[in-house]
Amino acid sequence: MRNPRTTRFGVARGSNALRALASSLLFLMTTGATAAPETRSWDAITAAARGQTVYWNAWAGDERTNAFIAWVGDEVKKRHGVTVQQVNLKDTAEAVTRVVSEKTAGRDRDGSVDLIWINGPNFWALKDKGLLHGPFTQAMPNYRLVDVTNKRSNVVDFTVPVDGLESPWRLAQVVYVYDSARHRPEGLPRSINALLEWSRANPGRLTHPTVRNFLGATFLKQALYELAPTPDVLQSPATEATFAATTAPLWAWYDKLRPTLWGAGKEFPESGPAQRQLLNDGEIDMLIAFNPSEAATAIANKLLPPTARVFGMANGTIGNTSFVAIPYNAAHKEGAMVVANFLLDPVAQARQQDPTVLGNATVLDLAKLSEAERALFAPRAGVVGLPRPGELGRVLLEPHASWMTRITAEWEKRYSR
Amino acid sequence: MRLAPPLTITLFLVPVAAGLIGTALPAFGVLPAIGGRAFSLEAWRALFAQPGVLTSIRLSVQIGLLATVLSLAIALSFCALMAERAALRRLSAWISPMLATPHVAVAVGFAFLVAPSGWLVRLVSPELTGWDRPPAGLVTVRDGAGLAMVAGLLLKEVPYLALMTLAALNQVPHRALRMSTAALGYRAATGWFKVVLPLVYSQLRLPIFAVLAFSVSTVEVGLILAPGNPPPLAVLAARWFADYDLQRYFAAAAAALLQLLVVVALLASWLAAERIAARLGTAWCERGVRIGWTEGLARIGAASGAVTFAAGVAAIALMLLWSFADAWRFPAALPEQLGLANWRAQGPRVLGVVADTASLALCTALVALLLSIACLESESRRDHPPTRHAMWLAYAPLLVPQIAFLYGFQVVLVQLGIDGRWLAVAWSHFVFVLPYVFLSLADPWHALDVRYPRSAAALGVTPWQALWRVRVPMLARPLGVAFAIGFAVSVGQYLPTLFAGAGRIATLTTEAVTLSSGGDRRVLGVYTFLQAALPLVVYLAALIAPALWFRHRKGMA
Repeated sequence: MRNPRTTRFGVARGSNALRALASSLLFLMTTGATAAPETRSWDAITAAARGQTVYWNAWAGDERTNAFIAWVGDEVKKRHGVTVQQVNLKDTAEAVTRVVSEKTAGRDRDGSVDLIWINGPNFWALKDKGLLHGPFTQAMPNYRLVDVTNKRSNVVDFTVPVDGLESPWRLAQVVYVYDSARHRPEGLPRSINALLEWSRANPGRLTHPTVRNFLGATFLKQALYELAPTPDVLQSPATEATFAATTAPLWAWYDKLRPTLWGAGKEFPESGPAQRQLLNDGEIDMLIAFNPSEAATAIANKLLPPTARVFGMANGTIGNTSFVAIPYNAAHKEGAMVVANFLLDPVAQARQQDPTVLGNATVLDLAKLSEAERALFAPRAGVVGLPRPGELGRVLLEPHASWMTRITAEWEKRYSR
Repeated sequence: MRLAPPLTITLFLVPVAAGLIGTALPAFGVLPAIGGRAFSLEAWRALFAQPGVLTSIRLSVQIGLLATVLSLAIALSFCALMAERAALRRLSAWISPMLATPHVAVAVGFAFLVAPSGWLVRLVSPELTGWDRPPAGLVTVRDGAGLAMVAGLLLKEVPYLALMTLAALNQVPHRALRMSTAALGYRAATGWFKVVLPLVYSQLRLPIFAVLAFSVSTVEVGLILAPGNPPPLAVLAARWFADYDLQRYFAAAAAALLQLLVVVALLASWLAAERIAARLGTAWCERGVRIGWTEGLARIGAASGAVTFAAGVAAIALMLLWSFADAWRFPAALPEQLGLANWRAQGPRVLGVVADTASLALCTALVALLLSIACLESESRRDHPPTRHAMWLAYAPLLVPQIAFLYGFQVVLVQLGIDGRWLAVAWSHFVFVLPYVFLSLADPWHALDVRYPRSAAALGVTPWQALWRVRVPMLARPLGVAFAIGFAVSVGQYLPTLFAGAGRIATLTTEAVTLSSGGDRRVLGVYTFLQAALPLVVYLAALIAPALWFRHRKGMA
């Protein structure tokens, strides 16, 4: 608390306060942040971490994730003497904003953000500006357990190489949730064109989160995978030419779909949970989710009717990985690494895969675990709403982040009036 | 004592002024950290290139004007018909708690009240409507015209303007005037509008402006009740300030500055409209009509007042019910099961949030109260009544849109190295707490007969003793109310907590807004109910404490 800046606070109340503040704003200087690989030994890192409080900036719109983060906090406190303080975000971009604000103010040390739950465009924004600590993942003992060969999204985040600047903690795959009390499984749409037909037959009963939300953009990207003339082009950055040609069928499809959506396609829920509430309220009958155990977990938490079920598309659905990253100026980098490492602990991974907790698939390669550790991942009895193994089809890699940015912008241009 | 006014003004206006500069610079391209080093108009180009931005501006103006005009009309109708009734004193005691309830709590409850799957539809379904599920195609929340947001704002602004009108009425001989108009044959509301309103209007101007500025530029109510595609201008600016695309800051700053211009333009138009209304009103008075459509309109207005009040109470009650609910699905009008599970699950986390919320509110309200007393006392000692300019100054933080200066203020706080700390949040709350505390205390202070402190002085006590032993005890009740209002204002702050707190400091309000987008109404119920209850408890304490203190002194409380 008693750093030199507090004396500046005293000065600022003087008569020239305004001028002083204005000029300090004018002459803010940027200092280049250089990425430095983490070279210290793990023992040195854990020793330095003891006693630290890690400010974990995480989207807080989901109570189950908040509870899981609280549990992680209890565990790392017990095991390593590190305290976790969740900083509740409405949008992950708020944390990016904060890191940038601090850089604006020249605060290159003792930053307020220690750890961010992040992926995709937010990661790319920080990586691109050199505002991340690391590479650091190789320093963590549990990182060796991560599946980096079959689960490609652990090392390629929206086609951007992770380069050890963020550490994976959970896998996601697109599914669609419906209420089996109202719709029979054989009538479900297994392709994007069938989805349009279904929505025409059930007007007002389908929606998607606003396209500014990652899940809303994913709704369109999933459609794009099936509608694009050459889906391979999605793995490269979008250009004017490829974007126009590739997305033309998407917009034609969406123009037909939109009038059949909830609220005539004029308004959209702001987030996935807001969308789920509409299903729970009975306003809609089907939704897109990014978690194969969405239905099971929501049923267990009484956030969806017990008759909710999931299904996938015949040609597979998009999957990605959630990561944690550490800003370049984080005050408690060691503590943050201890938390990131614990997230990869088989105990933590098994817990988050439990549908009554989070229900997200593990990022680990189960073959690398001991027999006892593997047993932690065995499915629990009595859980309803889970897909059968293999039912969801293959995992499609996320398109390059530029596709999402452009789709969002184009959607706003077309449908935000 | 003499230093109090300049110190106070510095403390609460520097954030506004510095914040405006810190927002204006990026709006014109200057934000060195992300490459903005030279003056440019690119931000404005980007702002106006945004699809639907004109709709955003129109939506803001529409919502703000409609909410202000309707809440004023309803509040005035209510006072016109009720001002002389004996029941009114009791009634105003009922209205004031609504004033202490944060906008967010009311908005969240209101959304559940009127949604297609909400409580009103559930109440009559399926029995009257035949709906065993919510109707598809009915849009009642976040509608494109912003009517849900207007209605949600009315729940809070009608009580506010009604109480401001009642306070102003105390300073004019309204009963005598009404008797005169009645003797001349004017019906109740007609006589009130023709004779009493012109006398009190000038005192209502600043409160009306505060309502207008808030309704046009509120972010938190907009996030819950306004449409999002496109959203009102202030929500758009807030969204961009939080965008991962850092270049959006420039456009965000431009949007925030434009928000300020919109408010200024609306206030100016309101002043112009006042002149036209005064002309028309004079002509109306001169025609001498005794009975007309005014009576009917006033009755509709007063009835709407009762409806908004009932809706406000229902909104809070429903969130309380949700906090005890297990599953509660359409079309059940009541939860299938009630229990303490949500409170137990949220308990430990909620306690910490309540502690932060309460400590911020207690401290800022207390400091604001002490500084207000110091300012008023210093002014009384110098026999220097506040000028009209001083009142405008006090209202400044309420008239400047929050979004227009909080980002700039955040940059200042980062510079000072105190952002994300309790102190920074307390300071940002203080900016809004002080005006309310000062304004609510100023009238009773000036109303107190100066001969009391003078008699005390004649009896030989020092000015300090006269203050603490005569003025303060005699003003115990207004002091308590001013403190409670300050407390409530602090509890209700969303954007200041978010920006100054760097997200590290969570209050019941920031949690409620975050949860309102997250979807578990049972948890949301816990937070919104506490958010509404906390200021209420302090308000009741402020009313009861003087009564206890002076229980042996008749007429003091």
